[in-house]
Amino acid sequence: MLHDAALVCGKDLRIELRSRVALNQVVPFAVAVLVLFGLALGPDRAVLAPAAAGLFWVAVLLSAVLAVQRSFAVESADDARDGLRLSGLDPAGIFLGKAAAVGAELLVLEGVLTIGVALLYGARLQGGLVLAGACLAATAGLAGVGILYGAMSTGLRVKETLLPLLLVPLVTPVLLGATKAWDEALAGTPSRAGGWLLLLAVFAVLYLAIGTVAFGPLLEDA
Amino acid sequence: MTTVLAPAPVRSGTRSGRWRVVAVRVVGAAALAGVVLTVWLGLWVTPQAVGFGNLVRLLYIHPPMAWVAFLAYGVASLASLLYLWPRTRHRRYDRLAGASAEVGVVFTGLTLVSGSIWGRPTWGTYWVWDPLLTSTAILFVLYLGYLALRRVPGDPEVVARRAAVAALVAFVDVPIVYFSVSWWRSLHQPPTIDFTGRHLYVHGSMAWTLLLGFVSFTLCYVWLMAHRYRLAALRDAEADAGLSAAIEERRAEAG
Amino acid sequence: MTYVDAGYVVVLTTLFVFAVSLVWRERSARRRAR
Repeated sequence: MLHDAALVCGKDLRIELRSRVALNQVVPFAVAVLVLFGLALGPDRAVLAPAAAGLFWVAVLLSAVLAVQRSFAVESADDARDGLRLSGLDPAGIFLGKAAAVGAELLVLEGVLTIGVALLYGARLQGGLVLAGACLAATAGLAGVGILYGAMSTGLRVKETLLPLLLVPLVTPVLLGATKAWDEALAGTPSRAGGWLLLLAVFAVLYLAIGTVAFGPLLEDA
Repeated sequence: MTTVLAPAPVRSGTRSGRWRVVAVRVVGAAALAGVVLTVWLGLWVTPQAVGFGNLVRLLYIHPPMAWVAFLAYGVASLASLLYLWPRTRHRRYDRLAGASAEVGVVFTGLTLVSGSIWGRPTWGTYWVWDPLLTSTAILFVLYLGYLALRRVPGDPEVVARRAAVAALVAFVDVPIVYFSVSWWRSLHQPPTIDFTGRHLYVHGSMAWTLLLGFVSFTLCYVWLMAHRYRLAALRDAEADAGLSAAIEERRAEAG
Repeated sequence: MTYVDAGYVVVLTTLFVFAVSLVWRERSARRRAR
């Protein structure tokens, strides 16, 4: 299963490296969202800096939806989905592979946004370990749920509007946990973030497990 | 009785079919009677509460709404599980899940509205980020997503299976949402404002009315479910009949 | 109208309208099935 996951992950990342869609489209979108928030909330750094964590994670969440849609869009060309099904790869492996690829893309995105948040909102970056830990755990959860729901809406004509509707309310705990963890880190009290990191980790493990089991049946009738 | 309300074509004329119709009628009558009684008791007979005044009268409405909302969501999740489980896979569970979700979304919306109406005079705002109310709001959106997924055109079995998975994923998520929101709230706000009305001293006629409220609205749920389920069964039968007719036409064309 | 009255009215009206719409949909589905 892990071998299949590595194969699929590699394939997805290679497609991304060649087409650079995430880099050229999703990352600029995320940066634009940050700028939009800045415009909406006003240039006063006293307002933006405390809100930086929340705004960061909302931007990540919105970008994650796009990244997941892209991940499944590459499968719809040339009946690649059928090819995937017939290839004999373990569906759990396909799930983990796609989740890992989307996760990697999101981590790169988060790196860029971290710099953006520091520059645009004047957030003082500290507690780096907690910041990174939250990013890893939250991204794992987002990727897991995202790929699962991507499979659920793939092949449907309304998938572009359905996927965000299904995904966004579901990942509220991730948004909450990641924002709080980042808040503690940025405020200089990273030790208080422990519980939130645990919440993120539990969510990630839970939904990666659910996805591993549920992805197969969903893929079969896509 | 009038023929317009004849039992569903699937089980027309059988004894169990007629009993089912009678049972639903009885439940409906009981629900109506219960609700009317609750309203009468709630608005006029029961006394005002210490500190809350007349606002306590909303207590007979709001908690029952919330209870039914979560009951409906539990039923939908259980039905989805039964549908996915190979040994109990049957379309009736899919219909049950869909019916419960549609009825549930109505009650969830009413929970939010009644909670909001309770909140305005009590805490001064229409919305406080109370863990229970916030989780209910998320549940509301999850329901809407589920119902949207069910409406997607396509092979009914595929849609049913996807919807069932979505229902179960949401079922697992709601406790996590509730937990994370209540933790978030406990950090921000020292509990000086009591959101749940725990300090409300409910006794005597108030307690009985509250109980009646719970029972009556649960009966409403059952009655609404029975009708929504029947509607789903009729629609499925219609779709199947349409499919059979189309197949017959193809066969006739082929000669 | 007090808040309490508004609450009762909203809840009861919504449930009533929903119930009526259900029965109506069911009847039209039955009529189509004939």
